[in-house]
Amino acid sequence: MELTLLMYLIPSLIMFGCGIYGFLTRKNMIAMLISLELMLNAVDINFALFNRFLYPGKLEGMMFSLFAIAIAAAETAVAIAIIINVYRIAKNVDINQINKLKF
Amino acid sequence: MITNTVLVLVLPFVMFLFLGLAGVKMPRKTAGVIGVVGMLITTVLAYWVAIDYFMHHPGHEQISAEVDWLNFTPKLVARMGVLIDPISAMMLVVISTVSLMVHLYSLGYMCDHHGHAEKGFQRYYSFLALFTFSMLGLVVATNIFQMFIFFEMVGLSSYLLIGFYYSLPAANHANKKAFIVTRLADLFFLLGIMILTFSTGTFDFKELVGLGDMAASQRAAGTMDGLTFLGIPAVGWALVFIFIGGAGKSAMYPLHIWLPDAMEGPTPVSALIHAATMVVAGVFLIARMFPLYVLAPMAMNVVAVVGAFTAFYAAAVACVQSDIKRALAFSTISQIAFMMTSLAVSADGGQLVGGHEAGLGYMASMFHLFTHAMFKALLFLCAGAIIHAVHSNENDKMHGLHKFMPITSIAFLIGCLAIAGIPPFAGFFSKDEILVACYERGLGWGLWMSMVAGMTAFYMFRIYYLIFFWKKHEVHTEHEPSDQPWTMTLPLIILASISCVAGFLPFGKFVTYNGEVLETHMNWTVAGSSVGIALVGIALATWLYFKENPKPERMKNAMSGLWEAAYRRFYMDELYQFITHKIIFQGICKPIAWFDRIFIDGFFNKLADLTGNASFAIRRVQGGNAQSYVFVYLLGALLLAAVTGVVILMI
Amino acid sequence: MESLGNIIMYVIIALSIIVFSVMAVTTKKILRAATYLLFVLLATAGIYFQLDYQFLGTTQIAVYAGGVVVLFVFAILLTHKPGHNAEPITSHKKAQGILAAVACVVLCGVALFSFGRFCFKTLGGGTDVPMGKLGMSMLSTGSDGYLLPFEALSVLLLACIIAGVVIARRR
Repeated sequence: MELTLLMYLIPSLIMFGCGIYGFLTRKNMIAMLISLELMLNAVDINFALFNRFLYPGKLEGMMFSLFAIAIAAAETAVAIAIIINVYRIAKNVDINQINKLKF
Repeated sequence: MITNTVLVLVLPFVMFLFLGLAGVKMPRKTAGVIGVVGMLITTVLAYWVAIDYFMHHPGHEQISAEVDWLNFTPKLVARMGVLIDPISAMMLVVISTVSLMVHLYSLGYMCDHHGHAEKGFQRYYSFLALFTFSMLGLVVATNIFQMFIFFEMVGLSSYLLIGFYYSLPAANHANKKAFIVTRLADLFFLLGIMILTFSTGTFDFKELVGLGDMAASQRAAGTMDGLTFLGIPAVGWALVFIFIGGAGKSAMYPLHIWLPDAMEGPTPVSALIHAATMVVAGVFLIARMFPLYVLAPMAMNVVAVVGAFTAFYAAAVACVQSDIKRALAFSTISQIAFMMTSLAVSADGGQLVGGHEAGLGYMASMFHLFTHAMFKALLFLCAGAIIHAVHSNENDKMHGLHKFMPITSIAFLIGCLAIAGIPPFAGFFSKDEILVACYERGLGWGLWMSMVAGMTAFYMFRIYYLIFFWKKHEVHTEHEPSDQPWTMTLPLIILASISCVAGFLPFGKFVTYNGEVLETHMNWTVAGSSVGIALVGIALATWLYFKENPKPERMKNAMSGLWEAAYRRFYMDELYQFITHKIIFQGICKPIAWFDRIFIDGFFNKLADLTGNASFAIRRVQGGNAQSYVFVYLLGALLLAAVTGVVILMI
Repeated sequence: MESLGNIIMYVIIALSIIVFSVMAVTTKKILRAATYLLFVLLATAGIYFQLDYQFLGTTQIAVYAGGVVVLFVFAILLTHKPGHNAEPITSHKKAQGILAAVACVVLCGVALFSFGRFCFKTLGGGTDVPMGKLGMSMLSTGSDGYLLPFEALSVLLLACIIAGVVIARRR
């Protein structure tokens, strides 16, 4: 039995689907952020996979994943800063609460 | 003279603005004193104008100045201006005198027993000034349109002053009632003006009637000859409508219902507005249009019948009232009805009656207006002093005040003698002329009015005895009642003096319908009989009410139905309630309201609901909910991806 | 023929990714969600190791599992009381989420099978990326050089640090 590209893509796809589901359903902003991380992670995996399976001699896909990880970390830090600020104002981290920003 | 007249108008208006805007910034008393001083200057100017006019214009021509205000059509222009002729000059004197007395009197009346001015003192003086301005503007109006505007303005200031104690529900009801009733009447006034100006094409009094210029009136009336309704020429209808407007202000039956309630206002206001000046606006209006009325027998008959009936009705009600202000209010209605009748009986069938004394009724009416303003203001101010002393309007709280308040008592007695028509007090002369005019029109009219004159004497002395005698006074307040401070007593003394001597004015020289001197002769038969019947009324009142006795009670029980009916003003208020609530509200307004609610509103509500539902359905698109945004975005992205995929596969 | 160890590793990794992804988005307790995320991220690192991307796997563990998850845990502890359960998700929202997820998965699946001639490629061997080469490429310009993104990223990180401080600072 050989491990094919498809066999790696499937878990990644499911991870992405879970991310979408979580992002759309969870009210808690941190949970939404977790879902977002899932999606990002699935994308990172795909970059690495395509690079490794289809163009073994190159580095582009892996580099892309590397940068994406760094950016994701930065994004998370800012997002969490925002969430904590919202918490200070609204005393909770519900996504429904921050539509008050409109007013 | 015109400049002075304009000043007479401008000064109260400036006082109104000044006290109304800056009044709250100054101490209450200061505002009052400023108001009095302003009014004093106005009065001096008004006297100056009147003396100037009567001394230097022996022909009594009309003097006027006006500016264009609204150009409706080249022919029909509404103007604003001042018009001085005998009646407006006389009215200037009457209004400014009474207003000055009331201003002065209020300095004392609107204070509590420690001499502190009441809350709203400045507002009170500001409104008084507004009223004075409006009333003065009314009498010098050059055209019927300007008169209508000032007619409304006196109504407004009357409304404001009746409701001066705006925290009292009774005052609020009273001012609403006054405003609505007079507005209803003014609607007819406006209709009358429209009909009149539609055909004559002018608002101007000079063109319409001139100064007793029958030719001009004939011309004005003639332009409407072609138009008739129910066989009566349009000018007749116009004049009847205008009379209804005047009747509303002058509280003629059946539009009198607001006046007794208007007594909820402060007593000096009642004296100024609801006894001396505003309520005679209707009489003034008829007097102003007098030549036209002469030419419209139907309108004149309406005036005469309404006046004669009201005189009797109000006198009958006044005989049993226990609230002294209300009794005085009905007395006022009755006396104004005298003036109306007097105007109306001076013409019959389109002709002036009375031969060489033609227009006597007109002169008598104006004379009575003048004297009545003085003695009725006096009576009201006395009533105010009494109420201020005993804190009640009911005469069973008074009784036997003569010993405590001698000055007030004597002033009130002079007022009563004047209104009863006892010589040599003012009312005798004017009332006598009125009765003469009535007898000249017909014996029935004369007898009827004589009877009312007797009733007048009776009810006035009934009030007088019940207040000042009847039995010993029981002190029920913390202070003993006493004569009031000089600010309140001085106006009483001045007005009482005027009431004593005003009758000797040769009024016929000054105020007649056509400006020509009218020589009056004492008609001894009429004078004797009227004094006689007045004395009978006084004697009856003395017999019944001078000392405490069971006779009035027995009479009341013997005629309890009649007494009750009179006490309740012959159920006029109940009748109004029935008509407005049961018939108009229930029968007409409710179905209309129902139709409006179900069909008109229903249609628009449905429209609004539709829009609302549609908006509700699509509002999530912009709901501020991040997750639904993401959902929509994702669907879009997927759709795009799917379309792209399909396109690529097909290629 | 793959070594059995590799296959077993793959099965473990694939299963843990699927299971923990699902659990991470469905659990009621937010702290558990973060923990499941940690497992998913570790499994992802496992995939990278299997692909012989040691440096990428290490970065994944160091930055994601070590940095980001710790950040999450801090944030959760700062904003939640212990024992706090998320409210149940309304059914219409759940349906919406499932619809979107399934649509996405189906679309991607269809795409894979439509264009997926390459899907059955197997892993060739021996393409280890030496650290030296990686370092050189990050700091070089030219066809294999990533100096510009590297610098851009460092500026971005600096900006994020400042932004994080500014936003979260107590006013």
